[in-house]
Amino acid sequence: MDFRLGERSETFRDEARRFLDEHLTDEVRERMHATGVHHNWDFHRARVEHGLLAPGWPEELGGQGRDAIEVLAFLEEFQSAGAPTYGVGTTLMVANIIRHIGTEEQKRLIIPRALSGEILIVLGFTEPESGSDVAAAQTRAVRDGDEWLINGQKMFTTNAQEADYVFLLARTNAEVPKHKGLTTFLVPLRQPGVEIQPVFTLSGERTNLTFYSDVRVDDSLRIGEIDGGWHVMTVGLTFERTGPQGGDSVRLLRAMEEWALGSTDDAGRARVEDPDVQARLGRAAAENEVSLLLARRCAWLQNSGALPGVEGSMAKLFASEALARQSADFVDMLGPDGVRSDRHPSAVAGGIAEYYFRFAMGTITYGGTSEIQRNIIAQRGLGLPRPA
Amino acid sequence: MDLNPSAEQQQLIDAFAAFYAKECPIERVRDAESSGHDADLWARLREMGVLDMAVDQSSGGWGASLLDLALVAEQHGRHLAPAPLMEGQVAARLLARAGGDAAVEALSRSLADGRLTTVALHPPKSGVLALVPAGAVADEVIFCDGGRLMCMEIADHGQSISNLGSMPVADIAVDSSAMELQPAEQGQPLFERAIDEWMVLMANALLGIGARSLELGVDYVKERRAFGAPIGSFQAVAHGLADAATAVDGSRLIARKAAWAADEDAARATELACLSCGFCSEAAREASYRSLHYHGGYGFMLEFDIQLYYRRAKAWPAVFGEPSRMFARGAAGRLIRTDG
Repeated sequence: MDFRLGERSETFRDEARRFLDEHLTDEVRERMHATGVHHNWDFHRARVEHGLLAPGWPEELGGQGRDAIEVLAFLEEFQSAGAPTYGVGTTLMVANIIRHIGTEEQKRLIIPRALSGEILIVLGFTEPESGSDVAAAQTRAVRDGDEWLINGQKMFTTNAQEADYVFLLARTNAEVPKHKGLTTFLVPLRQPGVEIQPVFTLSGERTNLTFYSDVRVDDSLRIGEIDGGWHVMTVGLTFERTGPQGGDSVRLLRAMEEWALGSTDDAGRARVEDPDVQARLGRAAAENEVSLLLARRCAWLQNSGALPGVEGSMAKLFASEALARQSADFVDMLGPDGVRSDRHPSAVAGGIAEYYFRFAMGTITYGGTSEIQRNIIAQRGLGLPRPA
Repeated sequence: MDLNPSAEQQQLIDAFAAFYAKECPIERVRDAESSGHDADLWARLREMGVLDMAVDQSSGGWGASLLDLALVAEQHGRHLAPAPLMEGQVAARLLARAGGDAAVEALSRSLADGRLTTVALHPPKSGVLALVPAGAVADEVIFCDGGRLMCMEIADHGQSISNLGSMPVADIAVDSSAMELQPAEQGQPLFERAIDEWMVLMANALLGIGARSLELGVDYVKERRAFGAPIGSFQAVAHGLADAATAVDGSRLIARKAAWAADEDAARATELACLSCGFCSEAAREASYRSLHYHGGYGFMLEFDIQLYYRRAKAWPAVFGEPSRMFARGAAGRLIRTDG
């Protein structure tokens, strides 16, 4: 047994830190905060220039051929620094799906542009009437010669306003059971019939509701088989659960530890000497260690050729629930000051606990809710029977 | 990174898993409920070399790493073994590190003569060492008093205390027969390191308790039917077990990492020891609580084994203190390191 990530990973982690020091400027952070958009084109292109957009991809496709643990070490730094990564995440996930099951034409059209930072791809799975029950999507795609006509709505199409394509899950056959009548398309967003309506969230993050009225997409942009969309989704969702975990909690704890080291209570005692403060910090530190380890286990499994399914669900479930618990606990720890808004100059520790108290509620939902993860763990991990 | 045990580590796990399966079936645990101690089992463990392995070769032992001991502790916890394994190992390692004539003699009594030395986790209060682990069955106790590391023959000073976790604990009155092993400046850090090691081994024992508790619960809810379906198909049950399974997997990772760090990452050893013990305490409690409850009324019956796990998951670590106290100690270790 060895818990070191290895020298290559640690060197690469250092490279991530240097990149972040230079490019994750106060201005980038402030823009994220002010607009709620967790994508920044300058930051995105700087990653491309440094060859750091997709380090896990093969060199001939624009990556560095890094293994899963090296990539994880790198991404842990991005996550715990609070860097804008949503756009990269969705773009690479879809590019990865295309790389695995796309046509040669699709690969030529999409992969070089995605990895050169030219285009952004967002996800269009969730609808106003379906979230966890992804396969219940009602957005219709109807064949029209060499094209398809799309009609419907997608919810939480984050970054659509920045993006070139939406990876859209649509119903192509209403006569068969719901999982068997779905097809995925790469729909160009900048065309008539697409309407993007901003939606603002609890954390200040901006997302969108997108409407599709007689939107045309060429059959060459259909990903996978007709009515084979569920298979494509299965591939995609596995990628989504194998990223870094716990970075937000690491960032939160760092700020709370600085607060504890740098402030005193009413009696003049350093907060860090207060057993209650120590216990809260320690509990979070233990949880963060576990979050990191659960995610690292996935990368380690990937390196040995396995596809982490249940392990990925555990990592996502644990880390997001831990962030929700800790952020509430740290608002409490700060006392009444804990409620000061992170946008107000009087906020304690930059208001980071207040911010994450709101932010965490997104994380326990997107990428598969905690309940969906528990179903996966119970059924596939523990072998419990499915509900009747 | 490699999360798989090495070939040698796997052999160790297999050997002790087989040993406990044979020598410590659950009936033996039940037979020892009142005393918390099975002298035959302990003698067999001594024959396996559990104390010799814990001590460095320079002190006459076999020089196992803390990670090796942790892998054994996991099996020990899994089988709820009524034998003073962890206490004996921690005390032996402490004596070996303490050095000095008195400690060397005490260690030799322990390794060669089959006597048992244990360690008190707290200093004496009003002249009494409270709830000393294995205090009811040990011959000698090491404790720390005002930083001085002391050793005392227990003789008739101990009073056995019946308790939640069926542990052979005792309240031990300290008197002038206690001998100093090391003065205050040397004693305190030696003692703190012993506490760290106890936490690591306890974390791994709790991992075993949590993992086995989860298995008992999962097996039960697959078989038991209600409302025309196996109860494991109900999300109210399945989700509680999914959380427990996640906590147990997390326990395994952090408990083993803490043991590994003792030899491989000294800067984080104290921090990880405390954090892992706090985490594994809560995870074992969660897993055993869920599993007991999903047994329904049967879980409340003495006849079903899950109650044996439920009680120990709470009681074994509690002789040090509640999880918050472990977390606080871990945070202090972590922040002192950050500062320095």
